[in-house]
Amino acid sequence: MPLAHIFFDHISTTPLDPRVLEAMMPYLTEWYGNPSSHIHDQGQRAVQAVDAARAEVARFVNANPQEIVFTSGSTEANNLAIKGAAAACAKKGKHLVVSEVEHFSVLNALPSLRNGGYEVTTLSADSDGKVDPDDVRRAIRPDTVLVSVMHANAEIGTIEPIGEIGRITREREVLFHTDATASAGHIPLDVREAGADLVTLSAHNFYGPKGTGALVVREGVRLDSQIDGGFQEMGFRAGTENVPGIAGMGKAAAIASSEMGEWASHLRRLEKRLRDGIASSVTHLHFTGHPTDRLPGHVSFWVEYAEGESLLLFLSVHGVMAASGSACSSNLKGRDEEDLVASHVLRAIGVPSDICTGSITFSMGKGNTEQEVDHVLSVLPGIVRRLWEMSPTYLDYQKKILQGG
Amino acid sequence: MASGPYSAKVMDHFMNPRNVGEIEDASGVGEVGNPACGDMMRLYLKVEGGRIVDAKFRTFGCGAAIASSSMLTEMIKGKTVEEARAITNRHVADALDGLPAVKIHCSVMAEEAVKSALDDYARKNPA
Repeated sequence: MPLAHIFFDHISTTPLDPRVLEAMMPYLTEWYGNPSSHIHDQGQRAVQAVDAARAEVARFVNANPQEIVFTSGSTEANNLAIKGAAAACAKKGKHLVVSEVEHFSVLNALPSLRNGGYEVTTLSADSDGKVDPDDVRRAIRPDTVLVSVMHANAEIGTIEPIGEIGRITREREVLFHTDATASAGHIPLDVREAGADLVTLSAHNFYGPKGTGALVVREGVRLDSQIDGGFQEMGFRAGTENVPGIAGMGKAAAIASSEMGEWASHLRRLEKRLRDGIASSVTHLHFTGHPTDRLPGHVSFWVEYAEGESLLLFLSVHGVMAASGSACSSNLKGRDEEDLVASHVLRAIGVPSDICTGSITFSMGKGNTEQEVDHVLSVLPGIVRRLWEMSPTYLDYQKKILQGG
Repeated sequence: MASGPYSAKVMDHFMNPRNVGEIEDASGVGEVGNPACGDMMRLYLKVEGGRIVDAKFRTFGCGAAIASSSMLTEMIKGKTVEEARAITNRHVADALDGLPAVKIHCSVMAEEAVKSALDDYARKNPA
């Protein structure tokens, strides 16, 4: 059994806050009504829960309650934003602008659009993972209907300049979608200030439940619903509402609104301790992402001559749970070896593909401590050394050094 | 430890790999894979009287790649050149109590490494 149980993988998901569970429980037990059956008491309770959550989530991002469309999570919200906006605006044009560091739920929504006659301009990111707003300006054409650039990147932590991009899209009268899955609840997000028309949120990334997310749809923006059925969620999303999940998301949003600043200063301290500790104890190491414009508590890097999955496995043996953009760890449950591709984000920022495999992302959460950081720092250098000792590429490097090459 | 994607045997060979290292005066050396594809293995063999008396490896790669390398060296030590040539990736994977479907290529790398090292041996020792 591992001696420690250190969760440094908050970009994949976060633990449910006990206060959120408490807010959800009545709708998993006593109040099981369907909001569409709003005439009777059970249905009324469900309506009230969903309305209250809608108001909380709206307050959380400075939107109006009627602009919050609950979904099953951010994958669905991203699909609705991209495909829904493309379909609704087809008369205006069939051109989209998307950054290359987006999540798969954005990027993989594009091939079917391309097949339907849409053109997509892909924006490159710089070596810190940042998208240049001027590139957005240059990419917009008269037939452009949507620009999609994420708020922050989960893998390398970089925060994108969405405010500047929003100003450009407004000026050019193009819809702006931003995927705030990794950022919401961790850094302030004001959809008005950002000039965003569509914003993706995921509850389980800020201590809420899995299976619930939302798309913020600015008033007046037209979207074609992607799920046929009833008229829930203002007609944007058919299907009976996940009432307990929505109640949980509302509570998680309320908690994050009031506590986010406190979490962030705690996480900045941990981040500095971890980053400084790693920098001084592991050589051949390269931090990824922007050095300052990054998610609090997020430390990402790659190590030469060491492979990412091996690093993760050894960390896991020492009770440390982290993530990797490594080729080999990306999809162990996949059926094809083609699933084993190095991270598109690392390739985008110019990390050589033979090196992409050694990447690690430590993402800390509000519950992590300095002691946990110190434990990680105590095991990481030894793990790296062990893998180097096994690596033919490290051996060749050492021989080259000995030969003065 | 908690059950991850790998069998206990894979984890044992990953955490305690057998025969890591080099053989200075190797009879044959094989190198397969490519760090760009996520894994690379170098295998050193010492052959005496048509029999593999020692095998060492160095591998850059995931848990399955390191475990496959380690298991392979255990399997070929003491075998004749012909017997070692007959080893397939399936034998390596089975000896590890199986590998996840997407990791089968790691056992293929082990099979290719031994064939490559034996080819090198054959070149240096023409019949």
